[in-house]
Amino acid sequence: MAKNWWKIAGILLVAYSIVGGFLIPVPEMPILNETIRNTYFHIPMWFAMMALLTYSLFNSIKFLSGFDLSLDNKADQSVQVSLFLGALGLLTGMLWAQFTWGSFWTNDVKLNGTAISLLTYFAYVILRGSIEDENRKAKVAAVYNIFAWVMMIVFIMVIPRMTDSLHPGNGGNPAFGSYDMDNTMRAVFYPAVVGWILIGAWITNLKIRIKNIENKQNYA
Amino acid sequence: MQYSRIKSLVSKELLLDWKAKNSLAGILIYVASTVFVCYLSFQHIVEPKTFNALLWIIILFTTVNSITKNFAQESDNRLLYLYTLANPKEIILSKMIYNTILLLILSLITYGAYTLLLGNPIQNQLGFLATLVIGAIGLSVTLTLMAAIASKSSNSSTLMAILSFPVILPFLITLIALSLNFVEGTNPGQNFNYFMSLGGIIVIGITMAYLLFPYLWRD
Repeated sequence: MAKNWWKIAGILLVAYSIVGGFLIPVPEMPILNETIRNTYFHIPMWFAMMALLTYSLFNSIKFLSGFDLSLDNKADQSVQVSLFLGALGLLTGMLWAQFTWGSFWTNDVKLNGTAISLLTYFAYVILRGSIEDENRKAKVAAVYNIFAWVMMIVFIMVIPRMTDSLHPGNGGNPAFGSYDMDNTMRAVFYPAVVGWILIGAWITNLKIRIKNIENKQNYA
Repeated sequence: MQYSRIKSLVSKELLLDWKAKNSLAGILIYVASTVFVCYLSFQHIVEPKTFNALLWIIILFTTVNSITKNFAQESDNRLLYLYTLANPKEIILSKMIYNTILLLILSLITYGAYTLLLGNPIQNQLGFLATLVIGAIGLSVTLTLMAAIASKSSNSSTLMAILSFPVILPFLITLIALSLNFVEGTNPGQNFNYFMSLGGIIVIGITMAYLLFPYLWRD
């Protein structure tokens, strides 16, 4: 019980953000209207995805300094879960874009950056699949993971600042934090972010343990 | 790390490629036929955006093809011999230097053939050539590490494309925006920023390759 408090916290926070997200009043905005509630579901996906990818990066770096295969397993599983969360983030974003910007896909740097980072990590999965030898696979995948993470950060952090974006906070648009979100929204938004990161961590944790059991059975 | 060793490693690459003229000629034919296909389908490109994007796509594909060969042609035995002579940091640096030279020549040839056949709407030739140079450096730096990674797998040619395209995109998009400015001769104020961010990405790429390749090179 004492070890599992963060899982319970994750459930409670996400449950609170779902109930609160639909019931608590939100500021009335032109165009956005009630779709502003998507903030509680769309943005936490990105936070959870980035948190998991960063966790994966740390495991890859740690793997390269000691060549412990269980670290490689952690990196692999968190990339898989983050791909799932990224796909969800993309879908919720597309739905939102349809109602506010008028089409499911717009040529926006952030959207493209996201598509690129998803492609990068799909490539990571393919790369793992096409190398047989466990040790070589782990080494090569770790190297690619580190390189890909840095390039992804370059893309989604630096490039959007150079061009215009429809997203708030870039390219001259007012930022969400300073204008659109009032305190009642923040009271739902931050718990949602933390909650989804915890849920993501839990799924990853389960996947890592399942894989460990599988490995044990295969080599026993 | 020794400069003399890097120099001899680069000349080793040069000699090897010169000896196997087949693969070198193959890349040249690749460029020629791709440009010719574009010529037959477009005849003459007036629109700067299309002109620019198509040229960079041709260069990108040529690059990916030529750099994939560079790692795949090294046999296991020769690599083993190389490990006894040099350290990995020298090897990756020499490969990047050699690939930059190769790409510079290739992209100049592509540029020549392309403008010869499809017309030359470029307003600022000098700026465009500078873009070609910085593009060759950036592409070779990033793709060399990707080729090293892809060569470790069983289907290296497919993997090379799917690994490197997403990773090269931040660089490529900035590059295309910069060269479009030179083709159209507009927005001279933006160019310095673009050059700076391209340089930044190149520095990041070199650092990463330099740090990561030692983990990659031998199993």
